[in-house]
Amino acid sequence: MNFDYSEEQTLLKDSVDKFIQNDYDYETRKKHSAMEGGFDAATWQTFAELGWLCVPFSEEDGGIGGGAVETMIMMEAFGKGLVVEPYVSTVLVAGAAVAKAGSPEQKAEILGGIIDGSRKLSLAAIEPQSRFDLFDVTTQATASGDGFELSGTKAMVMHGATADTFIVSARVSGSARDREGVSLFLVPANSDGLEVQDYPTLDGHRAAELTLNRVKVPGSALLGVAGAAVEVLESVADEAAMALCAEAVGMMEKLYKETVEYTKNRKQFGVPISVFQALQHRMVDMFTMHEECKSLLLRTVMSHQAGEADFRKNVSALKYAVAVKGQKSAHEAVQIFGGMGMTDEMSVGMYLKRINVINTLFGSGDYHLKRFMSL
Amino acid sequence: MDIQLTPNDVAFRDEVRAFLKEKLSDKFTKSVVGGYIDKDTIVEWQKILYEKGWIAPNWPKEYGGTGWSITQKFIFENECAEAGAPAVVPFGLKMVAPVIYTFGTEEQKARFLPDILQSNVWWCQGYSEPGAGSDLAGLQTKAERDGDDYIVNGQKIWTTYAQHADWIFCLVRTDSNAKKQEGISFLLIDMKTPGIEVRKIDSIDNKHSLNEVFFDNVRVPVANRIGEENKGWTYAKVLLTHERTAIAGVPQSKKAIEQIKEIAAREMSGGKPLIEDEMFCAKLAQIEVDLMALEYTELRAIANAAVGGAPGPESSILKIRGTEIQQAVSELAVEACGYYAHALTPGIGNDYASPVSTKYLYGRASTIYGGSNEVQKNIIAKMVLGL
Repeated sequence: MNFDYSEEQTLLKDSVDKFIQNDYDYETRKKHSAMEGGFDAATWQTFAELGWLCVPFSEEDGGIGGGAVETMIMMEAFGKGLVVEPYVSTVLVAGAAVAKAGSPEQKAEILGGIIDGSRKLSLAAIEPQSRFDLFDVTTQATASGDGFELSGTKAMVMHGATADTFIVSARVSGSARDREGVSLFLVPANSDGLEVQDYPTLDGHRAAELTLNRVKVPGSALLGVAGAAVEVLESVADEAAMALCAEAVGMMEKLYKETVEYTKNRKQFGVPISVFQALQHRMVDMFTMHEECKSLLLRTVMSHQAGEADFRKNVSALKYAVAVKGQKSAHEAVQIFGGMGMTDEMSVGMYLKRINVINTLFGSGDYHLKRFMSL
Repeated sequence: MDIQLTPNDVAFRDEVRAFLKEKLSDKFTKSVVGGYIDKDTIVEWQKILYEKGWIAPNWPKEYGGTGWSITQKFIFENECAEAGAPAVVPFGLKMVAPVIYTFGTEEQKARFLPDILQSNVWWCQGYSEPGAGSDLAGLQTKAERDGDDYIVNGQKIWTTYAQHADWIFCLVRTDSNAKKQEGISFLLIDMKTPGIEVRKIDSIDNKHSLNEVFFDNVRVPVANRIGEENKGWTYAKVLLTHERTAIAGVPQSKKAIEQIKEIAAREMSGGKPLIEDEMFCAKLAQIEVDLMALEYTELRAIANAAVGGAPGPESSILKIRGTEIQQAVSELAVEACGYYAHALTPGIGNDYASPVSTKYLYGRASTIYGGSNEVQKNIIAKMVLGL
């Protein structure tokens, strides 16, 4: 029993930690977020050069065969830096869907582009009514000649406006909430009949609403087994939820540490406010909540690594805990920072906003507690 | 990263399991009711552990310890708890013995340690006083030199199982003029000494565990002092920060959750078993998630200690969260029992409700003793967060 990183993992951690510390402070992040597209293209290229875009892909697919531990290392650091580049949407979600479901030709065509930084994809699997049920799909795919015609609406597509291709879930058979009958399609962003409405989200990231009006795709656009996409989507979602929780755990660490530092410097009544027990105990609670979520994260990561059957149950426990404790930590930080916590100048408010977004992505706390109870 | 035990540790675990299967009869597992066990039964169990050589895993081998690794000690504690073995009484084996073998003279070691090891002598702890709880160093019980003796006067309180005790280890004030931590000595006192009176405290769980102990001109040989005069606080403190495994009570809480599920399957609510009630199940699930986090927090601490690392920050939260979770579990158990949780006579309605209530009430103490959880937070604020 050990929780140690391997030599390679330690190197990866050092490299990404160093980057966040030296090259990605909060001011930089704000600049990137305000750029066209909502992130910095040059930084994305740097990620490619540092080899970070290939981390989770198998060696066969051009990656380094990193697992849950490597993803955790990346995402904890990205959480600390509040990274806005589309790592989750392109690499961990869309990339994972292609790696899991794609044909050898599709993988060869797409994954190489993701890894060298030239291509960006986003998964379009959520619909306005679906909330967290990835099988709740009303977008229709009808056979048309050698290919398909897609019509429907997709919601909250992460970094949609900068994706060159969407992975769209659409129904080929059955009724709206059937688990069977959903397929995935690769849809180029410049397709006729596809409208992309870009908007900022409250965490400084970007998303898009897609409207598909009889969008034609060839038969080769089908990704994975026809009608059997739900299992792939749920598997992608579980791993993505784990990664987002790692991001949140990184943020929770920063939240308690930055709050501790702030209280040591902020003086009221002639003393640093860090001497007040009412605040000390709240910071101890923030520290405790971080350690608890870190423990659940390690539990989940290790069960994924070992291919254990209780991985899904662990994901739900983790996502629920992060939803409750992550948000509580962020609220406490804003409270203890006082008026400064309300300003855009301090990063704590941005941690609060990002944690809220994470708490909704791939299932809220209540959704996961319910799933935990059913597993 | 790897959560698997090594083959050696697996073999060790199997050995422990085999031993428990053979020796841990129902007599022992069913003897713990509402957190209580009778003296004769627990002593009998401790003697079985002694015969096996497993009574004092934390002691150095030369004094009767097992020489186990930290991981092995953890496995042993875990297996015992999972099998439902009664916890050994800590006062002799886990509290005073480490002070004796660390700071005592050879003569003291020879005189006291074997009887502790063999559970021949029952110890109790004389630390708290009416005016010295969380602020323990404020204690006032006085010991004044008179030739080769101290004359002890004062009062101790919250003395668990003093009614069973043959000996008490006490912190007493030997210098009233020094800074409060610097005038304290550590004395071992025979409970049969004239001038000692034990009075029962009626506690909220209607059981007898707590006592007051009064000292009226009690004559204690100087030879019963551990270490130097006025250095007792240092010895007690070393002990308090001494690495302790199984502090989080994870397997006990797991067992308690299993028991709640059994109760909730038998109790009816809204015309169906309580276990099918979504609100009840949600509360249970929330506790289970916290317990899953605690379990891995403990594993992280054990893994860290096993390679000789200093206790990481994660270890400091084990007592706080462990006791909070134990209480949450005991609260939910009471809720599961419904009306019969209030019946004072055991066996009314069913056989599980009364002990559940006793355990719930007794368990309120867990966030108070061993340094209240608020004091624990003060310690974390200072030692871990640097506040």
